[in-house]
Amino acid sequence: MTLESKIPAGDIATKWTQYKSTVPLVNPANKRQLEIIVVGTGLAGASAAATLAEMGYKVKAFCFQDSPRRAHSIAAQGGINAAKNYQNDGDSVYRLFYDTIKGGDYRAREANVHRLAECSTSIIDQCVAQGVPFAREYGGTLSNRSFGGTQVQRTFYAAGQTGQQLLLGAYSGLERQVGLGNVKMYARHEMIEVVKIDGKARGIIARNLVTGELERHFGHAVLLCTGGYGNVFYLSTNAMGSNVTAAWKAHKAGAYFGNPCFTQIHPTCIPVSGHYQSKLTLMSESLRNDGRIWVPKKQNDDRHPNDIPEDERDYYLERRYPAFGNLVPRDIASRAAKERCDAGYGVGQSKMAVYLDFKYNMMQKYGRTEASKLNIANPDDETLIRLGKEVIKEKYGNLFDMYKQITDEDPYEVPMRIYPAVHYTMGGLWVDYDLMTNVPGMYALGEANFSDHGANRLGASALMQGLADGYFVIPITIGNYLSKEIHTKPISTDHEAFVAAEKAANDRIQQLMSIHGTRSVESYHRELGLIMWNKCGMARNEKGLKEAIAEIQALRADFYKNVRIPGSINEFNPELDKAGRVADFLELGELMCIDALNRNESCGGHFREEYQTEEGEAMRDDENYMYVAAWENKGDTWELHKEELKYENIKIQQRSYK
Amino acid sequence: MSKLMKLNLKVWRQKNTNSAGNFEEYKVDASPDMSFLEMFDVLNEQLIETGKEPVAFDHDCREGICGMCSMVIDGRPHGPKQGVTTCQLHMRSFNDGDTITVEPWRADGFPVIKDLTVNRSAFDRIIAAGGFISTNAGNAVDANSVLIPKDVADEAFEAATCIGCGACVSACKNASAMLFVGAKVTQLSKLPQGKPERETRVVAMVNQMDAEGFGACTNTGACAAECPKQIPLSVIANLNREYIGAKMNGK
Repeated sequence: MTLESKIPAGDIATKWTQYKSTVPLVNPANKRQLEIIVVGTGLAGASAAATLAEMGYKVKAFCFQDSPRRAHSIAAQGGINAAKNYQNDGDSVYRLFYDTIKGGDYRAREANVHRLAECSTSIIDQCVAQGVPFAREYGGTLSNRSFGGTQVQRTFYAAGQTGQQLLLGAYSGLERQVGLGNVKMYARHEMIEVVKIDGKARGIIARNLVTGELERHFGHAVLLCTGGYGNVFYLSTNAMGSNVTAAWKAHKAGAYFGNPCFTQIHPTCIPVSGHYQSKLTLMSESLRNDGRIWVPKKQNDDRHPNDIPEDERDYYLERRYPAFGNLVPRDIASRAAKERCDAGYGVGQSKMAVYLDFKYNMMQKYGRTEASKLNIANPDDETLIRLGKEVIKEKYGNLFDMYKQITDEDPYEVPMRIYPAVHYTMGGLWVDYDLMTNVPGMYALGEANFSDHGANRLGASALMQGLADGYFVIPITIGNYLSKEIHTKPISTDHEAFVAAEKAANDRIQQLMSIHGTRSVESYHRELGLIMWNKCGMARNEKGLKEAIAEIQALRADFYKNVRIPGSINEFNPELDKAGRVADFLELGELMCIDALNRNESCGGHFREEYQTEEGEAMRDDENYMYVAAWENKGDTWELHKEELKYENIKIQQRSYK
Repeated sequence: MSKLMKLNLKVWRQKNTNSAGNFEEYKVDASPDMSFLEMFDVLNEQLIETGKEPVAFDHDCREGICGMCSMVIDGRPHGPKQGVTTCQLHMRSFNDGDTITVEPWRADGFPVIKDLTVNRSAFDRIIAAGGFISTNAGNAVDANSVLIPKDVADEAFEAATCIGCGACVSACKNASAMLFVGAKVTQLSKLPQGKPERETRVVAMVNQMDAEGFGACTNTGACAAECPKQIPLSVIANLNREYIGAKMNGK
């Protein structure tokens, strides 16, 4: 099977407009006869379900949480990008497109990214219309700030909880359609199998997590909006329930998995404090607007950070990357932190942390401005801190509170200690320009697909992609498929394909419950996470990856012999839910290592130690690896398919932020 | 590594919605740096190792924003600290040797599913009744074409930070959901975009709230005191104002 990206012909700037004007439509009467299944209710899923229902389609939406409002998009902190150019600083659709392609280290698909940049401006309009309370200036206009990898201010935000406000906006749109009877919502339901008839996706098997019952659901199309798979590392900033299961079942049913090894390690997270730790907490990238990152110039310096004088501090990002300073992209900031800690300059008890320090900007930037507003000439340090603290509090108050709650240290007084942690996965199901996987009728939106962020995602772009896909892309592109489906009558769930899919799902559950071993599911997940973090994490090499593959295979075999799942099938049993998810992670982890091993280059978040410049920067190999690695599952092995990436509108160069 | 604390737990166990529940006692060693839920992870590992059923509890983001975690700890929703969810409560807030009682939210509107897990779908139905602005994707005008004064935007934002956890209902002797409903009504009625529907919205949401079996407000203020996002009691006053205004206009 060849991969057809179906990118429309024509100039990049007019492709999408041209496509929208010529794509086949489904008339309103026919829309009411067409049923769409949406799995996941984060930004992509909630916005897609609401919008498709508004258009007249019959929608069924599923989420594993107790309410669609709890999907993990809720936890996004810093903001959402849009090329509005409200700050008059030279922003444009092209610049957002360019920044995103460059930020992704030239491994994203041009046409998709340009469309994303085009849709970005409408997202902000849509959210404001829904009542999303973005931050505003005194004059009543919207406020902006900067994020990594850009030199303009294009990030819209709502304090440190932008994801929450955007998701609640999409959720309110979804609930409105539930109330109108256009969406049927299934909370506490998990998709555990795809149903294919004549090669097309025609439905899903979902498990009711309260009763344990399996349910069959038909749809003319199935949309997977199920987020990323960062939890394969066990410790990540993802929610505890975030998982790959729906995407993995789609993969096993024939959908190719694109660039699985592309993982984003976020530079500013609260460091690991103990072996019991269940998850890691992000400190928003927006903090790098005002926080300066440093380590002591002396190795193993045990002095209190406030006792280390200015000239004995190494602001290593400002030193290495003067043009972007503390706002270099995430992959670069993360590797630089690792490099300093590995070299013995780390701080804190574990020595695996660096400082994120607000004092300078608190005093010199905000303190001085406020003092000047109040006509205080020659303010003393105490005044500067007092005045500056108020501004910092207004901008980042909830993040500072969260940090204090977790670490018991006050970041207004001492610098934050931070270290990189797994945050996002750029890889995902392979999709074409329509966001359809290679299985007809099955789509992947948002973080669940691979298409927009290449090998590294820029900050504040995940929210943008989720909402662009849901509000503006899929409502148009799905017509390309469904216009040919208007003669397909709803298929009975007694069809043999539904029966077979349900049996396969049921057999897997029975198998897990009949193992009766001695080890908890959690212990397997932890062990897998450690293998992945050590050998397929921030730095990878051939030897480590080969070892990891063997270790994961052995761990998987042990899981099926020794796992202990308490309780029974037909009841509320979170341990059983978790077992199914960990079983899928145990397969995915292997594929990620295979993909990382195949890609003999360093790009973005994928850093192969064998391929680096003398200065320790990632060294791409455009001649041999400028492609999307799309993996086809063949039972216990995988076959590689390549989609060549063509850059016709951007000059490819060595990525530089110096 | 800080010294481990020895804790005695009294935890509510209930097989399912229809069965009667009871307290079970457990002993757990915890580090002061653990979160309350990580302490429960340790308990559950112990239970699984000894062949017993772990305690079912809701949790997801573990950073205080998804609103999924929901434990009544020593009689207080989300425990002894103000302004934090259960997942952000750390064991350093307790002492070595403490006995801690843990129960689910208790309200007719939130039936127990199992142990500490309850069904909060009533909140979704209240939102579906009217907690939205009726606008379809594609209809919007440019975001800066309607100016919103900063103080109004800030007020709307403060109300909008509600995480829908239900602690307000759990804290209230009447199991009233008026802090939750008031927060959404306040957010949307303050913003110019929410004005066209403000009267129909508040009536529809209050009707649904009543239909779900939540009680009325008697101004005790326990909801605001226990709210992990510190939604102020003034949103209830605003809810009442909006409701009376709508009723006087015959809605």
